[in-house]
Amino acid sequence: IGGHPNDILPLTLTSATQELFGCRCDEDVTGDNPYKILRKEDIVQDMRMRAAVSDFSPMKQLVLDYPEDELLLVYDRDFIYGSSFYLVLTADAKERHLKVIEVALEREPSEVFATQKTSEPQPWISLGSEQEIEEESLNCLSFILLSPPPSQLKYRISRVRREFGAPIFFSDRNAMETKDGFIECTPYQDKNFSLKQMERHTGVQTIPNLKSSSTQTQWTYPRSMCTQYEPREFSEEKKENCLQSEKLKNFVNSVASRFEMAIQQNEIMDVFFDDWKALSEEDSGYGRKADPHLKEYQSFTDLHFSKEKTISNINWHPTINGVIAVAVTERLSFEDRINGSTKLLLNPSLILFWSFSDPINPQLLLECPDDVFSFEFCPSDPNIIVGGCMNGQVVLWDISTHVEQLQGTRTSGGKNIANETPVVRYCAVSGIENGHKAPITDIQWLPGTFEVSRMGVPMENKNGICVQIVTCAPDCCVMFWDIRAPRVLQTMADQRKQKVEEKPLENPHGVPNTFKHLDLTWKPLIRVSLPKIDTSGEYSPLKISLRDNTCDNHTGKVAPEYALLRVPSAKQLKPLEDICTRLYAGTEDGELVYTDWKLEKDNDSGRLFSAKPSHRFIIHDGQVNTVRRSPFFKDIILTVGGWTFAIWKEGVTNGPIIQSSCSQKKCTVGYWSQSRPAVLFIGKEDGNIDVWDLLEKTHEPSQTQNITATQITCIKPWIVSCALPLILTAQTDLEPGYVANAAAAGSLYLFIVRFRKFCINLIHFLFVVQTAKQHLLAVSDHLGTLHILEIPWTLRSPSSNEKLSMSKYFEKEVDRLVYFEKRREMRAKEKKDYEAEELRKKTVRYSI
Amino acid sequence: IATFLGRKLQPRPQNEVEETLKRIQGQKGVQGIIIVNAEGIPIKTTLDNSSTVQYAGLIHQLVMKARSTVRDIDPQNDLTFLRVRSKKNEIMIAPDKDYFLIVIQNPSD
Repeated sequence: IGGHPNDILPLTLTSATQELFGCRCDEDVTGDNPYKILRKEDIVQDMRMRAAVSDFSPMKQLVLDYPEDELLLVYDRDFIYGSSFYLVLTADAKERHLKVIEVALEREPSEVFATQKTSEPQPWISLGSEQEIEEESLNCLSFILLSPPPSQLKYRISRVRREFGAPIFFSDRNAMETKDGFIECTPYQDKNFSLKQMERHTGVQTIPNLKSSSTQTQWTYPRSMCTQYEPREFSEEKKENCLQSEKLKNFVNSVASRFEMAIQQNEIMDVFFDDWKALSEEDSGYGRKADPHLKEYQSFTDLHFSKEKTISNINWHPTINGVIAVAVTERLSFEDRINGSTKLLLNPSLILFWSFSDPINPQLLLECPDDVFSFEFCPSDPNIIVGGCMNGQVVLWDISTHVEQLQGTRTSGGKNIANETPVVRYCAVSGIENGHKAPITDIQWLPGTFEVSRMGVPMENKNGICVQIVTCAPDCCVMFWDIRAPRVLQTMADQRKQKVEEKPLENPHGVPNTFKHLDLTWKPLIRVSLPKIDTSGEYSPLKISLRDNTCDNHTGKVAPEYALLRVPSAKQLKPLEDICTRLYAGTEDGELVYTDWKLEKDNDSGRLFSAKPSHRFIIHDGQVNTVRRSPFFKDIILTVGGWTFAIWKEGVTNGPIIQSSCSQKKCTVGYWSQSRPAVLFIGKEDGNIDVWDLLEKTHEPSQTQNITATQITCIKPWIVSCALPLILTAQTDLEPGYVANAAAAGSLYLFIVRFRKFCINLIHFLFVVQTAKQHLLAVSDHLGTLHILEIPWTLRSPSSNEKLSMSKYFEKEVDRLVYFEKRREMRAKEKKDYEAEELRKKTVRYSI
Repeated sequence: IATFLGRKLQPRPQNEVEETLKRIQGQKGVQGIIIVNAEGIPIKTTLDNSSTVQYAGLIHQLVMKARSTVRDIDPQNDLTFLRVRSKKNEIMIAPDKDYFLIVIQNPSD
């Protein structure tokens, strides 16, 4: 409808006109070639000729006004402008059209390969679209208002008055209900996306020919097959031949230089050494003015139970944190004991259990038949405790009924519901005739990996738990005890007698029945004596130390019914070869004896007897009160006695590898540090603790600290892990005790640094995520007080390679001993030779 | 013809090999030396028999693998030296057409 640019005029030409002017549709002018130049004169001629009939008559004036001679007629095949032809009216438009033609003609062949040019903005060419829109809008309006659209329209909109401000009601309407309720664009498959790619860039690579194949074999029945093989080896002559060959010689020569370079590289520097990690260790000591002293953490003393008494032995509970047991004994000499024996019988001896949460009241009391000098928790079942008494009896306790109470006091505030401390009576005691004849000074559990037969031969332990105990006493005996019921070797008469006597015994004290089978009839399994090497008589051991022969740890086994266990016959068990059956014993006379516990059978009498000890060393000037192995080195033993201590290496028989100088006061007890291989603690007669750091100095202790006024009777270090595994602490030049208390309280604090001196000290922060492990040292003194000390950082964190340095140091000392021995022999030989020479000279002189 | 100036010429490659091996063995931290032929059979060793056999078999496979790796990447390349560093020690292997020489060293000693 309308809408065409001003410089063209659509017109329809009849077929006659078309023939006349040679522009027949689809013959002279086609879609591809729509342009026809008409001469103005011809058009004017036609108009004159046919007047009103001529197609050109409506535009007569326009044609006459045309400046040029030739007009352009364009065949409008697609009726773009409404008619089949249109006439170009202005010269400019004609030029443009002609240019388009030329360019189009030119462009056609090269169109496919034309490069894309970015189009520049062109001035707006009006092609009549605004007119179209205007006319369209006008037409619409005229349709609505039913009047011709000559000019602007006026609208007037009105609404009923009451509808203004009326409440609006909205309602839902389902679009599907009404027809044309919605208009949608339905999806359709766009052809653009299913284009076929004619060209594509890919990479291609060749690979070696691979082929995999398989077959299925019929396998009617399975048959086990095995292959036995051994490595191929050359015979000796072949090897010799190879070694002689030229090829080998050339090879070795050519290759040796590479090796030397590589080996020297390794020697010069270790490229895989992590300097960063090693740096942090030194940094922790730097700037910390940490107090190297042992800090008092807590102390326990009970006025009721430990008045006038001394503590003979301490043991930490192996599993419950913060529970420690002490054995309390009378502070009387032998005569006083005899004189006051009636009073002693009325006051039974006790083992007290202390917990950190309650420093005033002990948690548990174990009743003993007599003063206990040594006791131990069973490693595989911490509810069983064995103790050795002063009268030579071995006692067993079972505290499984009170374990929850012990555990409960750790976490709770320590409020006792019951005011009375519970007392547990011993559940089994050995017979007096069969036990030791002197106070038992050392008692130890054998590890649960082996057990010992009647001959002393170590056998495999099928139970997997600790069932045997070793005791020693100054009655010159070392005894092995078994907590299982002995094999029944009774005659029929005995059995009948037993059945008659079997009636339920009263249990007035509420003692658990765990070891009823042993009570009062317990006999030792083996009795090892220590006959003296040179003279007659025997050594009287005070402390013993066995080699730690643990191999596979079968921990975690449920504690069995001990009454049901039986000592197996030696034939049923397999003997173990690699268990070391030798033990060190420190004696009353200050000697260290090295002996084997296996018994030998005397062929004549059939009696079992012990062999003489292999070595014996006199070192100390007093009783040996400690024989302990280092937790880091299985063959290093510490002995303390008299005024000195000595360190021995198992296997070195020349003497101690390290011997300390005599100190001013007597050394009463010693213990290795649990975390540092080079540190040991010595307790003194005057209440001092000497801390020896063997890597620092060996002629005197690194540190001496006074703990109490009286003699120190026992030292036991322990590492306690706290309930809370992580604590954020600020470690500055702050006492570690402060940190420890927070850890003990079991709560999480973020510490704000405490400033000591504002201007002078550089405040050194170290925020460390610390797994709260406290290193504590339990020290007991002669007055019956138990002190718990905290081991400071310097004494508990090992330096790098400390173990290696220590082992090297020990080796050096062993070499020194060997060297001295050699020199001594040499000197003796020299002396002998010299004397012989002298004698010969003398005789020669006389003979002349 | 065998004598020359009254002396018999005696080639002594064994001594030279021995000397070289002794020199290597004497270095600090060297724990053992093994000479293995191309098939993995030990020819000379300073360790005990079971260890030798074990080392020879395992290291032979490792060297074959390493060598084929190097040659796959570049066929004109070849393996000259292989060092295996572990926590406790270092194993050094020099392969050849016919033999390997294996040296075990503990560098931190």
